[in-house]
Amino acid sequence: MTTSTKGLSDFVAEATEILDALSRDLAILDRRRGERLEPDLVNGIFRSAHSLKGLAAMFGEQRIAQLAHQTEDLLDRLRLGRIELTEKVVDALIESFDTFQVVLAETSRRERSAVATERAEAVSQKLAQFIDSGTVEQSDALDQLELDTQVRNVLTEYEEHRLRENLREGMAVWKVRAVFDLSDFDQGLARLNSKLKSLGEVISTLPSADPGDGTGIAFDIIFGGKVETEKLRLALTALPASVHPLFQFQPQPAEPSLPLERLVSPTPPGAEPEHRSPVRVAVSNAPQQASGALPAYANPRFGTADAMVRPSPKQPDGEGDPVGRGLTQTVRVDIGRLDSLMDAVGELLLIKANVARLAEQASRGGKPPPGQLWGHELHRESRLLERKLDDLQKGILEVRMVPLGQVFDKLARTVRRIARESGKEVDFLMRGGEVEVDKLIVEALSDPLMHIVRNAVDHGVETPDERERLSKRPRAAVAIRAMQRGNQVVIEISDDGRGLDEERIREVAVRTGILTRAQAEEMTPRELQRLIFLPGFSTASRVSELSGRGVGLDVVKTNISRLSGMIDTHSERGVGSTFTITLPETLAIVRALVVSVSGRVYAVPLNAVSEITSIAESEVRTVEGREVIGLRGKTIPLARLARVFELPETELRRRFILVVGLAHRRLGIAVDELLGQQDVVVKPLGGRLRHTPGIAGATDLGDRNPVLVLDTGALIEEVVNSERRPELV
Amino acid sequence: MAYKILIVEDSKASREFIASAVESVGGVEAFTTSTGFDALKLLSRQRFDLIITDLNMPGINGLELINFVKKSPTYRETPLFVITTEGREQDRAKGLALGAAEYLVKPFEPQQLEGLLMRYLNIA
Repeated sequence: MTTSTKGLSDFVAEATEILDALSRDLAILDRRRGERLEPDLVNGIFRSAHSLKGLAAMFGEQRIAQLAHQTEDLLDRLRLGRIELTEKVVDALIESFDTFQVVLAETSRRERSAVATERAEAVSQKLAQFIDSGTVEQSDALDQLELDTQVRNVLTEYEEHRLRENLREGMAVWKVRAVFDLSDFDQGLARLNSKLKSLGEVISTLPSADPGDGTGIAFDIIFGGKVETEKLRLALTALPASVHPLFQFQPQPAEPSLPLERLVSPTPPGAEPEHRSPVRVAVSNAPQQASGALPAYANPRFGTADAMVRPSPKQPDGEGDPVGRGLTQTVRVDIGRLDSLMDAVGELLLIKANVARLAEQASRGGKPPPGQLWGHELHRESRLLERKLDDLQKGILEVRMVPLGQVFDKLARTVRRIARESGKEVDFLMRGGEVEVDKLIVEALSDPLMHIVRNAVDHGVETPDERERLSKRPRAAVAIRAMQRGNQVVIEISDDGRGLDEERIREVAVRTGILTRAQAEEMTPRELQRLIFLPGFSTASRVSELSGRGVGLDVVKTNISRLSGMIDTHSERGVGSTFTITLPETLAIVRALVVSVSGRVYAVPLNAVSEITSIAESEVRTVEGREVIGLRGKTIPLARLARVFELPETELRRRFILVVGLAHRRLGIAVDELLGQQDVVVKPLGGRLRHTPGIAGATDLGDRNPVLVLDTGALIEEVVNSERRPELV
Repeated sequence: MAYKILIVEDSKASREFIASAVESVGGVEAFTTSTGFDALKLLSRQRFDLIITDLNMPGINGLELINFVKKSPTYRETPLFVITTEGREQDRAKGLALGAAEYLVKPFEPQQLEGLLMRYLNIA
């Protein structure tokens, strides 16, 4: 059937939701490899696949329906304990998830490429191989239960399986009959269920139209658990429920005596070396300390010059596809956050009422009111208003915040796949996934992070053989960690691979005419490393099949700059590389410092300013032709804003210095006056002004005059990086 | 008086799809719910002329709902359709055994559902 536009967007929105849930559950499954399976987890994944199948079938999306069908079949056997959860099975499930993303992205664009179709078919076939293992004969333990056929007839195959599993594990099984009033049975049932779930497993809930005494509604709950009947009765005393034992567990548990189908045997870690996947994903939810060290094996460093090659044309491979980044323009919001927003609105209404009352009093005339008192009252209301608006703004910003972990999970899958494809063994370590940033930033970060992580696996780390020759651990480490630093978020991607090859960079830079031989010889290793971010640099090396994103590091850098962020790299030959990305938490509203230079007003994002100091003209020194100042024993370069923007300089004895940037990339910006702080909404400049260096956009300070907002990242670039080779900028 | 039809389906997009197919039959009103629990509530408050349910739902599954409906004095005679993806053979057999009148497999053509509705509700 042909799907209408509305139908298609409904389909895509719901499929995206299902895939989100699937992604979360698969990530858990991935982390718990080798551990005992929780039935709820596997059943949850099964349900996602099943829902996706139903949804896709309903909307005639055969490619998704078919693959979902195979995935569901595999998961069905897993949850019924008919096949074991090996590493290969987990890999296959993740692969099928990746494929869903690709196909769904196409579907949302009403496209249908042969590549994606073939991929879906190939994955389907792969899944089918696991399913081939035959069905095990079910000898029926359930016959031993006093289950009336009426109950048994309505158990789904899965519920029957759970019942058998409970018996096999020596659990006692009861039928709990509860009668509720029709008006609120769902609440009563919820209370009963939560009680029961704390004691064992609710296997099935069977509503009965025959409550016995003629009113209300009855439920027969089949429940398994390791408690005694008396204890269970006691636990349920406050509830309208009666307990009927169906099968009692033995206080001295004998060997499971019931003949049953093959068990879900927990695979001991490392028990199946041939199933070991090349990648193991470790996640720590421990809150990140800015100073927290990476584990020894995750040394911060990066790949070779190969890492800079221009990747092959975009492959339809999920990561970075629009679907991964919220095809639906929606944010899921915790209801508590909405409640507090509502509260803030309520209080604003109160203030409005007060102001209206004052206004009315003022306009009523009559005996002239004491003006000063009014002034006071209005003042108080405006202060209240300011505070409440602040709350409201904070609340709305919070709503926009999403955890970075969303992107990290996707990265983990990429690492797994690329490692597999390139025959490398990689441990991927993620930390700080709980750090929250604006949804817009998370979405825009997806591609750049993907590119850097791909590079790290593809070019940064060596093959196991090579690593062994170098006396390194055969398994390479790639780590990503995020941490909050004030209003900024810092993301580090590091690997313990080859490190950048500065000689090769030098060679390429000279060959492509980016540098003259003399300039190249003069550069320090760190300066050479930074060349990899220059546009056009990446064209110099060979094309890689694996890196295929269609973007080079220059694009990564542009994308990060667009988010008012900075990227830097630090690499050591043979030891590894680290890429550090610094970003503001949000883009929507910025607290700005308002300054003036030569009579002009500028706004500087406050989150970029680490401190403010003032110096006398006599304290400015000149080193190698550039102006510097001393800051607590450290020397940092100075940029006079007046000179940067070619304004006539004002004669002053002391100037204010805004210190911006981090660590070794700090810069002092000299301004004449500090005018105050204000929250501003930064609007981009239009047309030909868009790319004006050093300017991030414009804003309005409330007096309807536009004010330019400085792009401190670009200023740092310009001053710190360029002075010795101005032709590069 | 329009015929009232209850649709129980946990997928929102599918629910809307079924509802629009149902409502394209004249003289019919569709009521939708996403869980078996809500269905039980609605069944006790309203009188429905036909019920359409999915099988695999969290909480109360479709089989349990069919069993309830078919044992209920009020709804014993009410036709009930199952609309599901071709699932476990065993579940399907159970659904029919419990008294489901029709068993539709997704994807189905809306016309097919319309035809069945008209037949079971005796709409000319």
